[in-house]
Amino acid sequence: MAQGTRTATERMTDGAGPGENRSGAADGSEPAASRGLGGFTREELHALLADMLLYRRFEEKAEEAYAIGKIGGFCHLHIGQEGLAAGSIKPLRDDDLVITAYREHTQAIAKGISPGAAMAELYGRVDGCSGGRGGSMHLFDTTVGFWGGHGIVGGQIPLGAGLAWAIKYRGGDQICLCFMGDAAVNQGAFLEALNMSAIWHLPVIYVVENNGYGMGTAFSRVSATEMEARSGAYGIPANTVNGQDVVETYRFFEELAEQVRAGAGPQFVNAVTYRFRGHSMSDPVSGTYRSKEEVDSHVEAQDPIKILRDRLMDAGLLTQEELEALDAEARALSDEAADFADASPLPDPSTLYDHVYAEINQHGRLFLDGREHGSGDTRGDGRGASGGAAGGTHG
Amino acid sequence: MAELTYREALNAAMCQEMDRDDSVFLMGEEVAEYDGAYKVSRGMLERYGDRRVVDSPISELGFTGLCVGAAMAGLRPICEFMTFNFSILALDQVINSAAKMLYMTNGQVPVPIVFRGPTGAALQLSAQHSQACETYYVHAPGVKLVTPATPADAKGLLAAAIRDDDPVAVMEGELLYNVRGEVPDGEYVIPLGVADRKRSGDDVSIVTHGKMVHVALQAATALAREEIEADVLDLRSIRPLDVDAILESVARTNRVVYLEEGWPFAGVGAQIVSLIQDEAFDDLDAPVVRVTQADVPMPYAKNLEQLAKPGVKAVVDACKRVLYL
Ligand SMILES: Cc1ncc(C[n+]2csc(CCOP(=O)(O)OP(=O)(O)O)c2C)c(N)n1
Ligand SMILES: [Mg+2]
Repeated sequence: MAQGTRTATERMTDGAGPGENRSGAADGSEPAASRGLGGFTREELHALLADMLLYRRFEEKAEEAYAIGKIGGFCHLHIGQEGLAAGSIKPLRDDDLVITAYREHTQAIAKGISPGAAMAELYGRVDGCSGGRGGSMHLFDTTVGFWGGHGIVGGQIPLGAGLAWAIKYRGGDQICLCFMGDAAVNQGAFLEALNMSAIWHLPVIYVVENNGYGMGTAFSRVSATEMEARSGAYGIPANTVNGQDVVETYRFFEELAEQVRAGAGPQFVNAVTYRFRGHSMSDPVSGTYRSKEEVDSHVEAQDPIKILRDRLMDAGLLTQEELEALDAEARALSDEAADFADASPLPDPSTLYDHVYAEINQHGRLFLDGREHGSGDTRGDGRGASGGAAGGTHG
Repeated sequence: MAELTYREALNAAMCQEMDRDDSVFLMGEEVAEYDGAYKVSRGMLERYGDRRVVDSPISELGFTGLCVGAAMAGLRPICEFMTFNFSILALDQVINSAAKMLYMTNGQVPVPIVFRGPTGAALQLSAQHSQACETYYVHAPGVKLVTPATPADAKGLLAAAIRDDDPVAVMEGELLYNVRGEVPDGEYVIPLGVADRKRSGDDVSIVTHGKMVHVALQAATALAREEIEADVLDLRSIRPLDVDAILESVARTNRVVYLEEGWPFAGVGAQIVSLIQDEAFDDLDAPVVRVTQADVPMPYAKNLEQLAKPGVKAVVDACKRVLYL
């Protein structure tokens, strides 16, 4: 492992402060009923399980909807990686910021976008969190601190640095969590962003969702060094966390977020995980790049939901009935989300030109296609667009 | 002649050129072990080995620059972009290096490179994945651009692009890869800069390129039902531009519609309109009309996307407009 790299477990045990973030169940020093795994209460653990179940059922619902054409375009599922969404985002404050790539449905929900608004966006409906303009890859709701949803591999990394810059500029104490896939670290934008984050000591945590593959290419085939080595050149500490273990992941991010909030500067996290589905809905689950056996073994042994479920059951912190109730709730929420999306109308055609620009000029013509521009009312002040069809060159 | 898909025709062109010239190699994301994101390079890794068919990291700026450098050193790289959307990341190397190298070096350093991949919209891929990139490439002197619309053109133009000593962008269409058509067997090369009339008619000229050729042909069929015969001129090559073919068509029909997938502002069509008014003003019976994508980033919602894309109806309407019908 590269210099400066610590595993999450090391992090959690070295220089430990008051024991609240440590595993209470493991050493038997806490009564299991009140202080379960990782020092969480039974209720907290159930909540984490419920979150992950919701993410799973939500995406299974999306999968169904895609199959019958209710969702179009590219749709990348996070199934298998939910431990990371819950474990890294749930410890954040509401006013912390998250920015990520296109595999972001569950992260969006974790940060506070309602399943209904997320599903409606996948359906391309007006009640979607991006008004139906963005689709699966571009979920946004800045009011809950979710800054998208970006489709160009690596594009969000400097943007994350920019969000962190703005926090620091304004003297805030929020932090920015910037996710990327493992393949994104080979983009120049990654290196440039890390360097700038280091020189300006930005409050940002770069999290690689290391599922081992970028589409059909294994990380190792196109990468000269290990993931943990990638940030050291910029003096940014590297950490590895097991993203399939939501308890470990949560405690790890909880601590790291507070360190960054306290001024520790940028951090780099190699979160090891696995994608259970194909790269997108149009790609096969396995193929030349990874065998069916490999996938099956991960689904069997590395499912973050099963891992937590089994540990809770073994520790007597979850009954079968409770599990079924949590799952039924997750399914109900997902069904509701789909119903909500179904009932939501398509965007009004007259809004096609809204939000291309923030300001509709009084002088000059912004749009040169000569079509009808609807209201063009991006400010809600009813002024409308300039240069509509009048004088346009075609129809 | 064999019936091939557009995808197979591109593959055939690359194999044809790689067989005859060892300096030709293919690099890009997923081109080797995965057979290409759109399976255009199927079987090529097996056939040519990993010296010549190379999977790159997701490092567009880097591998484009590397390919440009290799071309400067005399190799003939085929630099595949998974889609041209991602090449925007690499435009610095295209414009600042490839396009200008020959000139800056007073002719010492040619850059015989091909940039290829799909351009334009597919279905509901939203703003960052649905853009026609032609203008970015033709704006800079030093780059050539071809846009095959049929399997035969795909084979002939890609082969010509690989043989050309300048940087040539070959813009394909995701929605074209499955299109089937007759493709000449054996060595087949179409010179750059030769337009192709895809349909003859004397009432109105629909000038277009790339995937939009198919939209133009559908519009022409619809117009024929109203006894309007459209000439459909497929430019095939935007730079070099077959000016004579355009002027010939204008002289015959006196009415022109330019159809393109991209945005209108400083688009390819703007250039064509300028050319026609410069060189064929007296032939025109009506102002040239352009049909383009709506002047907005591509929305995801199905209905808005439909509204934003240039379609058959808009072309038919535009033709009637220049005919004052
Ligand atoms: C600049 C750019 N190049 C290529 C693509 C096409 N593409 C989309 S996702 C992807 C793989 C990314 O893999 P990774 O970063 O590991 O994320 P994962 O999909 O595994 O979550 C590729 C090549 C893109 N969207 N953007
Ligand atoms: Mg990956």
